[in-house]
Amino acid sequence: MDMAVEAGVIKQHLIDPEICIRCNTCEATCPVNAITHDDNNYVVRADICNGCMACISPCPTGSIDNWRTMPLVRAYTIEEQLTWEELPAELTPEELEAAGVSADAGDEAAAPAATAPMQVATVESVETIFNSAQYGATVPPWSAAHAYTNLFPPKMPTTATVVGNFNCTEAGFDSETHHIVLDFGVVPFPVLEGQSIGIVPPGVDAIGKRHHARQYSVASPRNGERPGYNNVSLTVKRVTEDHQGDPVLGVCSNYVCDLKVGDTVQVVGPFGASFLMPNHPKSHIVMICTGTGSAPMRAMTEWRRRLRKSGKFEGGKLMLFFGARTQQELPYFGPLQSLPKDFIDINLAFSRTPGSPKRYVQDLMRERAADLAALLKDGSSHFYVCGLKSMEEGVVLALRDVATEAGLDWDTVGASLKREGRLHLETY
Amino acid sequence: MSTINYSEKIPNNVNLGEDRTLQRALEGWQPNFINWWDDVGPEGSTNHDVYLRTAVSVDPQGWAQFGHVKMRDYRWGIFLNPGDANREIHFGDHKGEKAWQDVPGEHRANLRRIIVTQGDTEPASVEQQRHLGLTAPSMYDLRNLFQINVEEGRHLWAMVYLLQKHFGRDGREEADALLQRTSGDENNPRILGAFNERTPDWLAFFMFTYFTDRDGKFQLSALAESAFDPLARTTKFMLTEEAHHMFVGESGVSRVIARTAQVMNELKTDDVQKIRAAGCIDLGTIQRYLNFHYSVTIDLFGADQSSNAAIFYSSGLKGRYEEGKRTDDHILKGQTYKVLEVKDGQLVEKDVPMLNALNEVLRDDFIKDSVAGVGRWNKVLEKAGIPTRLVVPHKAFNRQIGALAGIKMSPEGRVVNEIEWAAKRDELLPSSEDFAFVASLMGRVVEPGKFAGWISPPVMGINRQPVDFEYVRFG
Ligand SMILES: Cc1cc2nc3c(=O)[nH]c(=O)nc-3n(C[C@H](O)[C@H](O)[C@H](O)COP(=O)(O)OP(=O)(O)OC[C@H]3O[C@@H](n4cnc5c(N)ncnc54)[C@H](O)[C@@H]3O)c2cc1C
Ligand code: SF4
Ligand code: SF4
Repeated sequence: MDMAVEAGVIKQHLIDPEICIRCNTCEATCPVNAITHDDNNYVVRADICNGCMACISPCPTGSIDNWRTMPLVRAYTIEEQLTWEELPAELTPEELEAAGVSADAGDEAAAPAATAPMQVATVESVETIFNSAQYGATVPPWSAAHAYTNLFPPKMPTTATVVGNFNCTEAGFDSETHHIVLDFGVVPFPVLEGQSIGIVPPGVDAIGKRHHARQYSVASPRNGERPGYNNVSLTVKRVTEDHQGDPVLGVCSNYVCDLKVGDTVQVVGPFGASFLMPNHPKSHIVMICTGTGSAPMRAMTEWRRRLRKSGKFEGGKLMLFFGARTQQELPYFGPLQSLPKDFIDINLAFSRTPGSPKRYVQDLMRERAADLAALLKDGSSHFYVCGLKSMEEGVVLALRDVATEAGLDWDTVGASLKREGRLHLETY
Repeated sequence: MSTINYSEKIPNNVNLGEDRTLQRALEGWQPNFINWWDDVGPEGSTNHDVYLRTAVSVDPQGWAQFGHVKMRDYRWGIFLNPGDANREIHFGDHKGEKAWQDVPGEHRANLRRIIVTQGDTEPASVEQQRHLGLTAPSMYDLRNLFQINVEEGRHLWAMVYLLQKHFGRDGREEADALLQRTSGDENNPRILGAFNERTPDWLAFFMFTYFTDRDGKFQLSALAESAFDPLARTTKFMLTEEAHHMFVGESGVSRVIARTAQVMNELKTDDVQKIRAAGCIDLGTIQRYLNFHYSVTIDLFGADQSSNAAIFYSSGLKGRYEEGKRTDDHILKGQTYKVLEVKDGQLVEKDVPMLNALNEVLRDDFIKDSVAGVGRWNKVLEKAGIPTRLVVPHKAFNRQIGALAGIKMSPEGRVVNEIEWAAKRDELLPSSEDFAFVASLMGRVVEPGKFAGWISPPVMGINRQPVDFEYVRFG
């Protein structure tokens, strides 16, 4: 993370004088001598501190871990800090605005890293002839809204409160999936459909390091799970077996599924600057997902539904291919069924329905080849793939076959989907 | 007999795996250390998994690893802060020469004595605190106690390393003797007086960690300036751990005060009996504990005039606190410093040669730092709207060492006669009744998130864990 950011804003590093015991550890640790003190306080020089975080864990009190978004010109001076008896409050958005700073300034720098999870897939598929990941776009659609990323980077989580947690699959089935609602109160945490956030589970791993954050796609639209509130929802599947099917209790997913209303969680993010939905009213969205990969699809669908309700939308198509093992395991099955047919074209594939042949999303896509081919020919169509890593290749192959059968040159189509930010892959 | 995987079991940055002589010495010493830990280490704690901070290297990522471990399996590493091959001695008669990587023959005895004295305090405080686990006011506090215990143990290792690595056979003997002396033992006590006092209750523990571990900070800081580079680097690293100990003391007392103030406000009273009946420690008792621990601790700096201190400084063994930040000549010859003495029943100041007064210089630095912290405790009272303020007694109060030893003083610095002292003693220092009262509050509270009634919860947990985190898992 880069502390000294453009746009005249910094995250200023400050020490809480009420908690600090003046032990000098931070000053002795800081590699660039950004910390100094007098008889009263320990303070950080804003112009020298580069946010390297070397001083954070050695501080015995936690008082060193304070950050304030400040217009560069108004950064607290050393002299000011030395007189403090307590930390000043965070500037309000209005105060920041008044100082000519929009709340999003300073987040650009971190954006490239946010695309990393999507590129992970490349590594595993290099050996196969068909490299599905190469078709995934790294740019957002041209009409996407601007996404803020890394407001709370991994070393500086914020706290959110659980305001809802319920099982959104049928209870008693193996793959229990929970719908979690997190509220950020007054902490700035703007998100767009398709972004994800990280949750830091408490405790440490086997080698004694703090658990790393696990990412979860946001399942709510941009104006909140509850419109007008600063909250987001997530769709989290309880991991009880690993990819090989051996029993294992996933660290974070179980922690999240067991949260109670009122609990607080440590959150980092938001992440992701390209898996974003188009905003122009005639854009079509094709969503292909399995399991919890439905989370971003739910977010996009819901945003479109809200726009439509308020009369602000004209006609872009929504098409959903959704796979699960059984109907009971399909998150949000009930609500999905109640969406109007003229609003969304839903295709469900169940791979383990007793007495029925296995069907995967790519099978359904081939069945709907005629409609998909028409969409592939239309420059306003956007394709989103999200869910288990193992689905990705099959889905992109199905798209290629649909294109080829319709007489399109997949290399050309695939390349333009990527270049124009119209094919997005997010698998995990 | 090499049973130890050196980099795993004893994380170190002293190339232990390659140093056969040192390995042999440590392998002889280590089982005795474990015996010592089992015999006089934290009582009844063998099976607990404690959320400890362990250092596995000296870089910022490596030195604070958190996880649940049994204290006996704590990885007592050996760490020196990164060195600078070109470091120069920056004070005393050898100023400007290259820092020593080995012990110069003529300073051998003095250096050994310094290291042994420092080393002796580390196991001593573990011994002094061994019963406290049974009366912890919360799981959070219990964990902090244990963290301190293992780090004191590690600091013992640090000093033992220096003795074994640099002092040959007598170093090994001194290392063994560190495990044979025991705090408060009549026949074989710890070297320094304060380390033979009992730490009977948690208020005493918090005062001890506030004042006495702060003595540690100043002593270690002075050693961190040493011309003997391995000592300087070892103590620099120890300082980072010492900080947590002072934190436990400062925040501990602060939380006791906060709870008392809260109850005083709730009951709208400053009546000692009512406050005590409500299960809180009255501010008078807190002041008396403060008077005691403060005066005992400033004795630890030694006599106000000392030719040893002069020798240690001039020969480059031990510098001043923040030597490098001072702007004088760092040789100090021909300079003077003011120390106190009693003349005609009055305290007066007199000038003595600076070099001989270096203990006093360090004591005064310590006093300034301690007083500032007491000021932070007073902020708690101020915020609660309580007019009482805690005060640090006069430097000459209740002293047992140096020119002021045994002189009866009021906390304001007025010489008083024996009769007046005897009449006032129980107002100035904790009485047996105070100890009995505080002891009566010491019941064990170890349910996560619960706290004894005489202390407030902390503002935040350790390593950003919640306050009700399971810091100790009882085995
Ligand atoms: C961009 C992105 C978005 C994501 N969005 C969501 C989301 O919306 N909802 C959601 O539930 N998860 C989502 N994930 C996955 C999530 O981040 C975690 O990987 C998942 O919750 C497992 O974490 P854990 O701590 O419980 O398991 P861990 O303790 O990390 O892993 C335990 C074991 O289970 C295996 N494992 C991990 N995940 C799975 C799985 N899904 N199925 C089978 N075995 C697994 C691991 O390989 C390991 O062997 C997303 C991941 C990424 C990268
Ligand atoms: S974050 Fe890094 S640069 Fe800033 S004060 Fe801490 S150690 Fe120094
Ligand atoms: S390390 Fe923490 S407690 Fe110590 S002086 Fe620095 S900010 Fe204060």
